[in-house]
Amino acid sequence: MKPINQVNSVLTPLNRKNVDTDQIISKEFLKRIERTGFGQYVFYHWRFDAQGNPIEDFVLNQPQYKGSSILVAHDNFGCGSSREHAPWAILDYGFNVIIAPSYADIFHNNCFKNGILPIELSIPEVEEILATAEANPTEAIVNLAQQTVTVGDKVYHFDIDGYYKETLLNGWDEISLTIQYDEYIKKYEQSHKAFV
Amino acid sequence: MGKNIIEKVWDNHIVYEEPGKPDLLFIDLHLVHEVTSPQAFEGLRLNNRQVRRPDLTFATMDHNVPTQNLPVINDPIAKKQIMTLADNCKEFGIELADMGHPDQGIVHVIGPQLGLTQPGKAIVCGDSHTSTHGAFGAIAFGIGTSEVEHVLSTQTLWQNKPKTMEVRVEGELGFGVAAKDIILAIIAKFGIDMGTGHIVEFTGDAIHKLSMEERMTICNMSIEAGAKAGLISPDQITVDYLKGRKFAPQQQFEEAATHWLSLASDADATYDEVRIIQASEIEPIVTWGTNPSMGVGVSQTVPTAADFAEESDKQALEKALTYMDLEAGTPITDIAIQHVFIGSCTNSRLHDLRAAAAVIQGQKVHDGVRAIVVPGSYSVKQQAEAEGLDQVFLNAGFEWRESGCSMCLAMNEDVVPAGERCASTSNRNFEGRQGAGSRTHLVSPPMAAAAAIAGHFVDVREIMKASV
Ligand code: SF4
Repeated sequence: MKPINQVNSVLTPLNRKNVDTDQIISKEFLKRIERTGFGQYVFYHWRFDAQGNPIEDFVLNQPQYKGSSILVAHDNFGCGSSREHAPWAILDYGFNVIIAPSYADIFHNNCFKNGILPIELSIPEVEEILATAEANPTEAIVNLAQQTVTVGDKVYHFDIDGYYKETLLNGWDEISLTIQYDEYIKKYEQSHKAFV
Repeated sequence: MGKNIIEKVWDNHIVYEEPGKPDLLFIDLHLVHEVTSPQAFEGLRLNNRQVRRPDLTFATMDHNVPTQNLPVINDPIAKKQIMTLADNCKEFGIELADMGHPDQGIVHVIGPQLGLTQPGKAIVCGDSHTSTHGAFGAIAFGIGTSEVEHVLSTQTLWQNKPKTMEVRVEGELGFGVAAKDIILAIIAKFGIDMGTGHIVEFTGDAIHKLSMEERMTICNMSIEAGAKAGLISPDQITVDYLKGRKFAPQQQFEEAATHWLSLASDADATYDEVRIIQASEIEPIVTWGTNPSMGVGVSQTVPTAADFAEESDKQALEKALTYMDLEAGTPITDIAIQHVFIGSCTNSRLHDLRAAAAVIQGQKVHDGVRAIVVPGSYSVKQQAEAEGLDQVFLNAGFEWRESGCSMCLAMNEDVVPAGERCASTSNRNFEGRQGAGSRTHLVSPPMAAAAAIAGHFVDVREIMKASV
């Protein structure tokens, strides 16, 4: 996993609540057995019509947001299925930071395993950022070590679980970390046998 | 002060804890299916790692499998994914209920049926509806593929301790109201993100009167309320269900049962949050929108903007109605449907098929409606056939299929065409869930059966009363 610390990028505003994983990556694209190559399918049915032509007013198709690494969305982002194909598609498309007021639990977890930083800000803060980014293409600076998002002269501070912060900053592989706890796992296995 | 079951089961699984870190939890049962596992096995191979506990791992194929003309798989990419699971199970020594195996079925149907699911276990699967297994008093939750790899390799997961929530369903359920209606009513009332960051325990008389199959329907959809997991304290009904099942304890069953019952929440247990709903206020529910909280009673109408206070909710209503091609204020019973799907890990068990069959007995599917029944597992199918349910469905004009996820997510050939409407017993009505441009209305099995006969939604209680 790639470490992440500072990200400078234009913001992509996706002003919707309850964006579900079926929208992020539709089931017809879940049959691949690789982790990569999902970016071309992200938000597919919002990006393309039934004939496969780009839908112009969808934000990802607007030229001013091309190359953006920061996606801004509304409440309960990533609800629905556990498919990690959703964060894989988001990352493969080019986003490694998401800003939203709240996330569904499994999606939130999946982000940390893939080097995506899911930032939580309050609803008024996110709505302010959405409004700014929708009015004009807007650059932002995200700094994980300092836990800040800077938009123009405004600095927003976010909270993050210390463990996940370390993991992202270092790009750690969680399995290698856990293997260091092998003696605890063995002890547990020996002492908990019947009926759990 | 007493403990609730969530705290008891969680604490029993802590392998390692340290302030400022998530808990390292032991996993007792890891269920694996074809869609969310290939990249995890690939990760093991790349890093030269093994499956730590194949004995605690069990695999099946469900999402992609065809439900007719077995064993031919027409879609070459689906076929590759299915073959990949078979190869991985062989390579890593994992027991697999392959296509055509008598134990095959939707992963959340077979776990309980085989007695793999037991009270007090920590159960995971790369699928969000793993919450189903909570019906037995297990902590069961969906995980992503990276976590699947982590469990395969270490049999543990790092997890922050979630908050606890009690959702109490008080009083008695009305005539003709199904378990599906209870959970749809809870989600409609408290919202699609009611449970975020929480494990929910469903309590109350109305819950503990339900059979295990009905409890599974409730816990299955706790994820649709955003909960990390949903569970129900074990009681005698739980114990009776497990007795004699293939993987349940055999000689030491009584000892196990005593232990299981001791896990139930103590009478003086408390929770971080409590939500209460009266069973008597619940009627059969039909969803009208594009997430499971957008549902109303069958006697009501599609909401209008005036029903919502917040601007963002008004906008969501408008978007949903445009997608669903519905007008605000339309009576639910005026909505015509072209497809009916009875199946999915929410409602494809024997109880569900019996309830649907009772409604259609001796009648015919309405002209222009295509109705299919997809039993949740091979064994459900066999039992239903032994009771003659297949004949009831076939005589009425339903299709009777092999088991799998099928039209719940339409990864195989069972797809609802764009612009058409489906009364579905599944759990998600997201845009395009049953096929690009498809329109899904979530209902209980009896409500789906009644809609198949009438060609539009009807209050199944009237039909049931007429036949009493
Ligand atoms: S039946 Fe539907 S919800 Fe259940 S596991 Fe299969 S695809 Fe998922």
